Amino acid sequence: MGEVIVITSGKGGVGKTTTTANIGTGLALEGKSVVLLDADIGLRNLDVVMGLENRIVYDLVDVIDGICRMKQALIKDKRYQNLYLMPAAQTKDKNAVTPEQMLKLTKELAEEFDFVIVDCPAGIEQGFKNAIAGANRSIVVTTPEVSAVRDADRIIGLLESNGLKNPQLVINRVKIDMVRRGDMMNIDDMVDILAIDLLGVIPDDEYIVVSTNRGEPAISDSKSLAGQAYRNIVKRIMGENVPFMSLDSEEGFMAKLAKAFGFRRI
Amino acid sequence: MDLFKLFGKGESNNSKDIAKERLQLLLIHDRANVSPQFLEMIKGEIMHVIADYIEIDETGLEFKLTRTKRDGDNSTVPALVANIPIKKMKENIR
Repeated sequence: MGEVIVITSGKGGVGKTTTTANIGTGLALEGKSVVLLDADIGLRNLDVVMGLENRIVYDLVDVIDGICRMKQALIKDKRYQNLYLMPAAQTKDKNAVTPEQMLKLTKELAEEFDFVIVDCPAGIEQGFKNAIAGANRSIVVTTPEVSAVRDADRIIGLLESNGLKNPQLVINRVKIDMVRRGDMMNIDDMVDILAIDLLGVIPDDEYIVVSTNRGEPAISDSKSLAGQAYRNIVKRIMGENVPFMSLDSEEGFMAKLAKAFGFRRI
Repeated sequence: MDLFKLFGKGESNNSKDIAKERLQLLLIHDRANVSPQFLEMIKGEIMHVIADYIEIDETGLEFKLTRTKRDGDNSTVPALVANIPIKKMKENIR
């Protein structure tokens, strides 16, 4: 039985879909079998971020409505072994599915795959309830901005009251220069406020735009800083104890970076 | 002291510190799910009880949710702070 991980945030535009794509691809690169499930019915995007938009025949709603079998709606990503996408429907809305149906679907997927990664829509309504229905683990993505942090806090409360204890935090789009100037909350500030376990920190990286343009997740590029941060997150998801960033040496870019982020040695 | 820190007096002008302070106060309200109406209601009832014993200055009244450091460990907990200026004690009751 695989794990069902929901990627959520509350606020839109903080990087849920990018995070879903990168974590899923990363787990596949580590040899796991993975299915990415786009739960954002009506506003599907995971397909285009993954570069698989031209291969969609059936979608999640078709499976739930019994129009096709589950396997028919799974798009195999040919670039990676054991990575699949189940796209959302684009022409339906979020009320086309119920949490019970999502629970059943994720359960069936979890029997076939090591990881089911669910990309949750923004908001706290039906789409959110659907996305978390079958999850046994949750990741909250936020950026160091007051609006995103406030929404993240609300989502954390909702996850916990729905039985998803211990959500883990991904802080996205951290601008190192701004943190250094004291014009952006650092990692300690954010963990202090939200009081949940930190899973990873993604530095703001222009390469994310480039990789999204191409439909190739940044994690597969060894030069991307964000890609490196996602690789660390993937290792942590698999239970490895990856230090956040070493402050052992005072020199070097990574040490300076870590210091700017306000990391304590972990 | 903590109170000064709370209101940002004599603190740095870093905008991230402002963001953090604002969020911490905001989230107390969000988490407690306390609406201004609800707070008004509690305030009304407390005033009602106190008014039997004390004459108070209603203009200087302050009533709000904030946070405070818990004794023992250093974790912050929400606190309901009422600042009630007293005009005089009501003698006839005692």
